Amino acid sequence: MTDPCTPLTRGQIAERCAQDIPEGWFVNLGVGVPTQVADYVPEGREIIFHSENGILGMGPAPAEDAVDPWLVNAGKKAVTLVQGAALFHHADSFTMIRGGHIDLCVLGAFEVAANGDLANWTTSSNDRTPAVGGAMDLAAGAKRIWVLMEHVTRDGAPKLVEKCSYPLTAPGVVTRIYTNYAVIDVTPRGFEVIELIPGMTLDALQAITAAPLVMAA
Amino acid sequence: MIDKRFSLPDAMAGIKDGSTVMIGGFGAVGQPDFLVNALSDQGAGDLTIIVNNAGWNRETGVPRLLDLGRVRKIICSFPKNSPAFDDLFRAGKIELEIVPQGTLAERIRSGGAGVPAFYTATGVGTPMAAGKEIRNFGGRDYLMEHALHADVALIEAWRGDRWGNLSYRGSGRNFNPVMATAATTTIAQVHHIVDLGDIAPDDVVTPGIYVDRIVQFPVEAST
Repeated sequence: MTDPCTPLTRGQIAERCAQDIPEGWFVNLGVGVPTQVADYVPEGREIIFHSENGILGMGPAPAEDAVDPWLVNAGKKAVTLVQGAALFHHADSFTMIRGGHIDLCVLGAFEVAANGDLANWTTSSNDRTPAVGGAMDLAAGAKRIWVLMEHVTRDGAPKLVEKCSYPLTAPGVVTRIYTNYAVIDVTPRGFEVIELIPGMTLDALQAITAAPLVMAA
Repeated sequence: MIDKRFSLPDAMAGIKDGSTVMIGGFGAVGQPDFLVNALSDQGAGDLTIIVNNAGWNRETGVPRLLDLGRVRKIICSFPKNSPAFDDLFRAGKIELEIVPQGTLAERIRSGGAGVPAFYTATGVGTPMAAGKEIRNFGGRDYLMEHALHADVALIEAWRGDRWGNLSYRGSGRNFNPVMATAATTTIAQVHHIVDLGDIAPDDVVTPGIYVDRIVQFPVEAST
């Protein structure tokens, strides 16, 4: 099929997601595109970002000449601290994650199933070294899991599916998905579309989605 | 007088072949490369190492220890991006136990706290659950995970005194204070050795009870 409309860029997906995070939430952002969500928090809204390696109150990347080699994020990139930040060790950091203290975790995904199953840690399709990091802890432990991803793979294969074909990160945890075409909730009725980008239709979205979509009431 | 200050070679004394060694750090931050290099030089082999990442730079630290063939098994959450590990893993020359990062931290914490095992929701419904006991509490399934304990923990801290009290810097705590509690012998490389009392009691993160040996990290290399 041909593109019926101009899909959002990754930055625009992150920006759309950021609008929905209320003031006061403690938020963990996954490595990659989800990290960009922090760049789009509306002016004046206080959201506290958590990094699994022991930071609450993580700020943006520093200027090149102001890098502190002792401060990195989960992706091992240099970061800063905001006023009010706190530092702690790994057992405390994962107490926050596994004990349900983190309000929201935004992750990327290879696949999300209509029942909220998340597959985002391995595709098992090559001999790359297996690595899981904190993905399973976040997926099982955060109060909410939102996924931010392109609607289809680079080859055009659907990433919203009836059942994940890749090994799961956690079953039944995803509650919302932001893609380059739509915002979708995972509900007892399955995938419920709550917003389409201009020019996109439910039929056109269904054609690139491997599980039934319904329009939210 | 209690004095836990050691020279680098003396700090490695008694580490035997077949030991289990915890190594702190998250990526390069808080990673005790000075001690890991001394362990490489000391020569103990057939090691099991417990470490979050397998390192990148083959000149130093964990990758060097791997390249020297000293490691039989690695217990790790994220061994990706480590050419030294990849070579061994693909050649079938190293055993890998992959552990979700929070489960890894909690297994170490439990080892230090005398808790032999615990239940966690992390890994339920995934390949991590293979072969593990599952129990239902309050309607949710949990996996049983076993504590980790080591013969030796190698850690990095910012400041330390002769009683072994330690404080840290930035995101350099990560696994270090947790591993300090879970080994028979805990060895810390510290950037500044200070007098007793210079680390205010309120600021001590790792009390000296957990620490056996501290080694001065070369000042010229410390920032």
